[in-house]
Amino acid sequence: MKHHLSIGALALVCLQAGAQADELYQALGGKAGITRLNADFVPRLFNDARIKHIFKDANPNNLVEQLSDQICAASGGPCTYEGGAMKDVHADLGITRAHFNALVEDLQAAMDAAGIPFATQNRLLALLAPMHRDIVTR
Amino acid sequence: MRLPICLRRATAGLLLALPLLSAAQGKLLLTGGVSTVEGAAGGGLTPWAVTGSYASAGEVGGSAYLTRVSSQDYSLNSFGVLLSLHDRAEFSLARQDFDTGPTGTALGLPGLQLKQTMAGAKLRVAGDAVLDSDRAMPQIALGLQAKRLDAGGLEATLKSLGAKTHGVDLYLSATKLLLAHSTLVNLTLRATKANQTGLLGFGGNASSSGYSLCPEVSVAYLFSKHLALGAEYRVKPDKLNPSALGAALKEDDWWDLFVAWAPNKQVSITAAYVDLGRVVPGIVARRQTGAYLSAQIAF
Repeated sequence: MKHHLSIGALALVCLQAGAQADELYQALGGKAGITRLNADFVPRLFNDARIKHIFKDANPNNLVEQLSDQICAASGGPCTYEGGAMKDVHADLGITRAHFNALVEDLQAAMDAAGIPFATQNRLLALLAPMHRDIVTR
Repeated sequence: MRLPICLRRATAGLLLALPLLSAAQGKLLLTGGVSTVEGAAGGGLTPWAVTGSYASAGEVGGSAYLTRVSSQDYSLNSFGVLLSLHDRAEFSLARQDFDTGPTGTALGLPGLQLKQTMAGAKLRVAGDAVLDSDRAMPQIALGLQAKRLDAGGLEATLKSLGAKTHGVDLYLSATKLLLAHSTLVNLTLRATKANQTGLLGFGGNASSSGYSLCPEVSVAYLFSKHLALGAEYRVKPDKLNPSALGAALKEDDWWDLFVAWAPNKQVSITAAYVDLGRVVPGIVARRQTGAYLSAQIAF
């Protein structure tokens, strides 16, 4: 009896660990929710006077797909990001800290529009923010 | 109507400067903190390692503030301006007018105002409070505040107690935004001789003559991009206790509970409940608690 209980407890712990690993992914609405989010986010980037020049050579559909893979993977979802390394992709774009923060604001606006709670937004931003070290070059 | 030529030139100059000034928008909302009562960017009572305004790297920004604190027996008005360069250095100029209320009257100086002028500088030396969310390393800044007190009729008394009318505070601040938890924490260590932050001069005969090292702590929770709720605690050096007047000038630590609201990058309003402890308990024994209200504009 005791033995069964401990196995049961162990199973519960494993389940919880599993639930925690993709909890943020689920909170963002899974792959469908993340793709919807980026379908709104990417046009905001292309229309943002502060940073649209950075995206002039980018394909919006590819960007939605790559960002969705990236956010899906970062948030614990079953995806693999197959785009180029962050550092290589952004090396020649001359991106400043102000540009990076403008992108963060556009993402916050898209997450607001998607009804994602502020605390959940910050959990995602905490995973993405360190990329500034590979993206900001001047 | 023709404006005087100098005024027209000034207006033209201001209009030309506006695009430059309004370009300082590169930081995220509230990440420049608000204005402290001593002029530096931070919480209400404590400087943080962040630089004020919304100037990011490559930008120059500024801010101006007006703050009023009123307690049972006293009130304090403070105003000042701040210039921030490239999110690296911050220079501030601030003024405090403290209405001594019943204490001034009891000392035979009715209507006495203590006036303090403060010039501050802060340099960010390491770290990134906001974006390095995968590291424990906080943003670290070194700061100084040079203060000069105009104590009016109280100056002779302060001098007889060994308190000077000018002093310099040095501080080291560490600020970290725990982004995944929407929480900001700050620890400041201040080397100071200031009595009641300088409003009762600097140092004293009876106390040890050197600097005291005083910790100051702030914690804030972000409810949205626009709204932060937090608490601060500031340890005070208590250099006039004891003095020739015994414990009459004992000073207590300060703490507050605050709400900061920034509807946009131009304006923020901070409201707080403050507890200043006892202020000159030899004359007014009760604790001084009350309201803190501050408005800031950034450009």
